[in-house]
Amino acid sequence: MNIPSQISTLLAGIILTLVSLWYGQNHNLLPIAASEAAPLIDQLFGAMLTIGTGIFLLVIFVLVYSYFRFRRDPDDLSDGPPVHGNIPLEILWTAIPAVIVLGISVYSFEIYNTESGMNPMDHSMAAHSKHSHQVAQMKGSAIAAPLIAQVDPVAKDAEVRQNAATDAIEEKIPLRQDAPAAGNVAPRAGSIPATGQEPLVINAAGMQYAWLFTYPEEIIAGELHLPVGRPVVMNITANDVLHAFWVPEFRLKQDAVPGRQSEIRFVPTKEGDYPIICAELCGAYHGAMKSHVVVESLEAYETWLQSMKVAQTNASDRAIALNPAEMTDSEYLAPYAQEAGVTPDLLHQLHPMS
Amino acid sequence: MTQAAQIQEQANRPAHPEKKGDWKQYFTFSTDHKVIGIQYLVTTFVFYLIGGVLATMVRTELATPESDFVSREVYNSLFTVHATVMIFLWIVPAGTGGFGNYLVPLMIGARDMAFPKLNALAFWMIPPAGILLMSSFLVGAPGAGWTNYPPLSLISGKAGEMIWILSVLTLGTSSILAAINFLVTIAKMRTPGMGWNQMPLFCWAMFATSILAVIATPVLAGALILLSFDVLIGTAFFNPTGGGDPIVYQHLFWFYSHPAVYIMILPVFGMISELISVHARKPIFGYKAIAYSSLAICGLGLIVWVHHMFTSGTPPWMRMFFMITTMIIAVPTGIKVFSWLATLWGGKLDDSSALLFAMGFIALFVIGGISGVMTASVPFDIHVHDTYFVVAHLHYVLFGGSVFGLYGAFYHWFPKITGRMMNEAWGKAHFWLSFVGFNLAFMPMHKLGLEGMNRRIAEYDPKFATLNLICTIGAFLLAMSTIPFIVNVTWSWLRGEPAGDNPWRALTLEWMTTSPPPPENFIADPVLATGPYDYGLAPRSTEVDVPFSDASNPALSAGPSSTLRAKPDPVVAANPSDRGTESNNR
Ligand code: HEM
Ligand SMILES: [Cu+2]
Ligand SMILES: [Cu+2]
Repeated sequence: MNIPSQISTLLAGIILTLVSLWYGQNHNLLPIAASEAAPLIDQLFGAMLTIGTGIFLLVIFVLVYSYFRFRRDPDDLSDGPPVHGNIPLEILWTAIPAVIVLGISVYSFEIYNTESGMNPMDHSMAAHSKHSHQVAQMKGSAIAAPLIAQVDPVAKDAEVRQNAATDAIEEKIPLRQDAPAAGNVAPRAGSIPATGQEPLVINAAGMQYAWLFTYPEEIIAGELHLPVGRPVVMNITANDVLHAFWVPEFRLKQDAVPGRQSEIRFVPTKEGDYPIICAELCGAYHGAMKSHVVVESLEAYETWLQSMKVAQTNASDRAIALNPAEMTDSEYLAPYAQEAGVTPDLLHQLHPMS
Repeated sequence: MTQAAQIQEQANRPAHPEKKGDWKQYFTFSTDHKVIGIQYLVTTFVFYLIGGVLATMVRTELATPESDFVSREVYNSLFTVHATVMIFLWIVPAGTGGFGNYLVPLMIGARDMAFPKLNALAFWMIPPAGILLMSSFLVGAPGAGWTNYPPLSLISGKAGEMIWILSVLTLGTSSILAAINFLVTIAKMRTPGMGWNQMPLFCWAMFATSILAVIATPVLAGALILLSFDVLIGTAFFNPTGGGDPIVYQHLFWFYSHPAVYIMILPVFGMISELISVHARKPIFGYKAIAYSSLAICGLGLIVWVHHMFTSGTPPWMRMFFMITTMIIAVPTGIKVFSWLATLWGGKLDDSSALLFAMGFIALFVIGGISGVMTASVPFDIHVHDTYFVVAHLHYVLFGGSVFGLYGAFYHWFPKITGRMMNEAWGKAHFWLSFVGFNLAFMPMHKLGLEGMNRRIAEYDPKFATLNLICTIGAFLLAMSTIPFIVNVTWSWLRGEPAGDNPWRALTLEWMTTSPPPPENFIADPVLATGPYDYGLAPRSTEVDVPFSDASNPALSAGPSSTLRAKPDPVVAANPSDRGTESNNR
């Protein structure tokens, strides 16, 4: 049985390709894809995983094969063939990785472009800057004050401090003046389709250790409810330290930076209840800073919105009546905050000069 | 070994190798690069063990989803100090300070480093800085991550923060001093006849590494000094409440810290090139490609830093630019990997632990490289940034890459350093324990990250419990795998089998003197009769008259500083036959 080496090489190549292709498509490593961007990113990952598997198997094969096949006899003191180099071969394997990474770059660029866009002047910018302006006026992060006050009644002038934090956004720094909106030097991640429905605009503020979401008409919630299929534009900022808004099922993430405003856009496509995770180290309870996003039918969403409205207009103490989910957040955090003494200290330390 | 190599070895062997110095010299301000190298190696290994203990504690906490082993504050300190120790007190100083110091002067045929006192000074900054860092546990250790991003770092405990800054500043200074020393040593002190292209590849790697250290480290120092002003006297460079910008810190930090990963890995690339060639008994494939790709990595490594900031609100053009530069850096890295594989292919591989570790290095580094290219892709990185996928990636390069490479280097150069062989059976046990433990500990993290587990958390969703338990078991195995190594080193150092001067029959200059080498290394400017990797070349006619025994030549037995010593014959030194036109271009 003497297979010519070209044929065995060819066979090996075919098997390698098939295994890589199969694994690239059937890896089962990602959670379900629940936004419009997610399937694109999964495709990209599948492609990279296919190539990666091929390269990995090739390298491992050479290593294992060499280890057994080229082992020398203990008393064989001779040397291997004195091959110093092989210019065509070296050119070839400079070219192959170059082509591969170029391909991945172009593909990534394509996906990035469809998914978030390189063009800052596209249609959505107008709505965007108008909205950001509004946020700045609202001093967006001030909405967090009631929650802080509730967690720590001692922090009575929280409101003032909040303003100090948001004022930083409006600083007359040239870079920021040129930005589409005050403080907006951090454009966005993700995108929504150019045509279609009016996007739902939500302001998100990250704080130790919760998210506060402000819906139009100043409805404040500690968890997100979104109607399925409706584009969402979310303005993100932070109150105290860095946080990051991440929904693994949406495959999207954006940092929340105090003093800056960033944005994330997406279209939720599958009903469900997904975790919102803070992905930027934000202190001792970073791991506990969780919320969730409920993607639901339009009717269910409207019902929820109505209940929120009722609760928030009726309540004498807005902070307490915000929403049951948020109550849970605060209840969850209050004992921690006391145990750790985080919140009051934190706010003082944030303003060493004031 | 070829005849030329025998001549080379004979000619360079000191007439009367001095007796092994006593152990007390390792506690002095010695200026001998070999003593300093060993000081570095032992000190950093102790820190590696400390960092390992911290890592084991981190994994113990993560064995269960709840935060139940240590408090959350302590947990944050554990991973912060773990990372700081591993990076600044183990991999960087062990690769450059330890092996670099020990080997570079020997490999280029110099008697010592260019600035011996500076060298000792650089080393002696390390133990105090390390002890300082550890002392932070007494006052509340830093807990803002090894990246120490403001504003979090501005509002956590001031004492711990300042200790971290001071300690890292000291370590950075030490690394700059060491790098300057390497640059001058390699540029100016090569033995006559050793042009740039006859230099062992480890020296090339150290040269590129030192360029990076000299350019990038001062930027880190700048960032840390500004940060300490913010912490101590309330300036607002990075503090948003005063109008500062936390993102600027990230730029400054990564301008150093991405090159820093090459400061960690490039010396290891160099070691692997040496090991593979010797243990496969073949000339290294594509010498120039490997040498120049180190320089390419050095150049490109300086312009990829923003890939750590893709989600920090980075503008699109910047994301795209840094995606492309990061991708390109995979090309020179790929060249090295392929050259190593081609060197192994068709070689005469021996059964040594050194080679096993070198091959394990390639396997693991390739996984880390592939996940690196993936994270370079902006849309994908936006999903996995700051998740366990990144933790897996960085450990495949830093642990699977750097640490496995360093272990290989230990097994390879141990006979040179001590004059004794290490035990192979223990070496194999060490390898397989680490290899299995490593993959068990880090492979599942890829899936954890992709599925939604973020990094730097003490508690996690119970749905991740099983995979995390596997990781923790792997980590314990990994911790245990150091035991065979420590036993092996201790035992072999005291009563291992005597190694002779050149047990691997290698051709680079460090093997041409005695094991361990005497002070000042060689009897004279060393004789260079073969290139560093001329395995398998037929004995060439070397018409030079180099005595095989010092008895016949009083000059050779006269000792290093005797006026009797002749300068080497330029014919021998230039080594014209196999280097052709490149020779002697210094
Ligand atoms: C040469 C050895 C390498 C080392 C030591 C290394 C080390 C690291 C470290 C420590 C991080 C984590 C940063 C953090 O704390 O967030 C990281 C992230 C990253 N690495 Fe590497 N790396 C290496 C090679 C590569 C290569 C070859 C590539 C790409 C071709 C690459 C691309 C990236 C990217 C894009 C990230 C950012 C991931 C993220 O934070 O989202 N790295 N690397
Ligand atoms: Cu957070
Ligand atoms: Cu967080």
